[in-house]
Amino acid sequence: MIQVIDVTKYYGQRLAVEGVDFEVGERRVVGLLGPNGAGKTTILRILTCYLTPSSGRVVVSGYDSEKEPLKIREKIGFMPENVPLYGELSVWQFLGFVADSKGINPRYKRQEISKVISLCGLERLERRLIRHLSKGQRQRVGLAQALLGDPPILILDEPTAGLDPAQVVEVRELIKGLGRDKTVILSTHILPEASQVCQEVIILNNGRVVAKGTLTELGKRMEDSDQISLLFKLDRDLQNLEWLRDDPMILGLTQCGKHLYEIQIKPSEDGIKKLVKKIVDAGIGILELRQKEFSLEEIFVKLVVYGDDTSYKGEMVR
Amino acid sequence: MVKGLNAVMKKDILVMFSSPIYYIVSFIFTLICGYFFYSNVMYFNLLSIQASSDPFLSEMLNLSDMVIKPFFGNIIIITLLFIPLLTMRIFSEEKRQGTIELLFTYPISDWGCLLGKYFAVMISYVGMLLWTLPLVVLMGIIGSPDWGIVLVAYIGILLAGMGFSAFGVFCSSLTENQIISAVLTFGGLLLIWAIGWMKRLGGEIVGKVLEYISMTTHIESFSIGVLDSRDILYFLIFCSFWLYFTKKVLEQRYIKR
Ligand SMILES: Nc1ncnc2c1ncn2[C@@H]1O[C@H](COP(=O)(O)OP(=O)(O)O)[C@@H](O)[C@H]1O
Ligand SMILES: [Mg+2]
Repeated sequence: MIQVIDVTKYYGQRLAVEGVDFEVGERRVVGLLGPNGAGKTTILRILTCYLTPSSGRVVVSGYDSEKEPLKIREKIGFMPENVPLYGELSVWQFLGFVADSKGINPRYKRQEISKVISLCGLERLERRLIRHLSKGQRQRVGLAQALLGDPPILILDEPTAGLDPAQVVEVRELIKGLGRDKTVILSTHILPEASQVCQEVIILNNGRVVAKGTLTELGKRMEDSDQISLLFKLDRDLQNLEWLRDDPMILGLTQCGKHLYEIQIKPSEDGIKKLVKKIVDAGIGILELRQKEFSLEEIFVKLVVYGDDTSYKGEMVR
Repeated sequence: MVKGLNAVMKKDILVMFSSPIYYIVSFIFTLICGYFFYSNVMYFNLLSIQASSDPFLSEMLNLSDMVIKPFFGNIIIITLLFIPLLTMRIFSEEKRQGTIELLFTYPISDWGCLLGKYFAVMISYVGMLLWTLPLVVLMGIIGSPDWGIVLVAYIGILLAGMGFSAFGVFCSSLTENQIISAVLTFGGLLLIWAIGWMKRLGGEIVGKVLEYISMTTHIESFSIGVLDSRDILYFLIFCSFWLYFTKKVLEQRYIKR
């Protein structure tokens, strides 16, 4: 449905995104994840045909963004970062303008506007001037204008920025629901948001894609390359554990509670069996043996904060 | 080609009419026009009284030359001062608020957007001019003006306003600061207005070119009731020229680098 092919964008001399390449299928929520300045907004602006890429191509529903931008825009509902709106207009006047711009048949105009108004919970604000709305209310108007005309693709730049916690939950639920029959691309720098709302994520850093895939794919790839952890209880002193420390299978040993220890083990089936036997033979009770699971936070921190992609054996882009 | 013209025009008229700037500008505009009209009429009256005892003077005295011509000359100058206030926000405010990004992600074409905005300015300009109509009616009551001259003068005012607005819209597309936009428009228009005065400084060809560019050269005919197709053409070219360059400015965002 959406193909971004080797897109590079310069603002004057400044390189904003480089060699970005991804595809997005239908009916899903995809998160563009990255720290501030990573190039998320730039990519979304290119997708909505507001900017053209310096090189590379964007194809949406078979239309090339440079040849038929209007065809693409007809399919897209866009909510820009910080939700710029016309403060002088009332909510209803503004949505009327959006309906006209989107070429909605005047006969269904009222009906369509009422639909998004109730979807976004704006019933009581219809006549209010937009400049008198609170941040959260503006955000909902922003969402309403994007949804107007029922476009198959929704692009939302930081849709929950500036909302209070209750509103954040509400908007996330709304987006999740929309993802059932639309393609939603949202950008965020909030990790839990991506893991809660998105089925797929594209992680950006310094204008490049550093990882992409579904959440489970990303998590698995990290697991494969990483460690097993083993939790056990010990009533005796740690000194007596030197024999454990020296074992070549063991990567690290940490004390987590008064008598609680955790060791990290290299993931090799044979080695683990031997080690477990050794521990059990020493009369130590094993509490838990598990594969370490990586949260999106850990993946993100590894890839973006430390730029450490050695432990990541998944689909790497450059 | 002009997809979205109607939507943008309607929106900008709504925005314009919901802003106090528009009402203040029209009010002061009408007030100043009224003042100039009044002073012209008073002068005319004074001369009329003297003329009653001076047959030579009464020969010379007519409403067209004494009131209509200077009055419309004044309106054009006042327009030049006020149009920058109508056009200053048209793109600048969209840029400053970031709504331009919203605007250009709806399925509307650049020309649709640009012309929509331009027509919105023109409509609010005409709305402003309507307030001068009572003065024209007054003129009819005071004396018997040549209505042909009045009509041609209004066509001139309209054409000049079209030109001023096109230049104003262009200046507004250059900056996100309304004040800078207004000052650029005002300064630029004054220069274009008066550039003909420099014609003696250059050579013959340069002088001719400067004279052609200058607006004063082309506005003359309208105030004496002559519709000259070359002058009409000048204003149409002037409009198209600046609107075309505004389109070029809007296209800046498509440049590759
Ligand atoms: N209009 C612009 N002119 C120049 N540089 C810009 C412009 N917009 C963004 N940038 C730069 O491009 C980079 C990516 O910005 P952006 O796409 O806004 O990042 P994000 O949305 O991920 O925070 C940043 O370094 C930013 O400073
Ligand atoms: Mg951003």
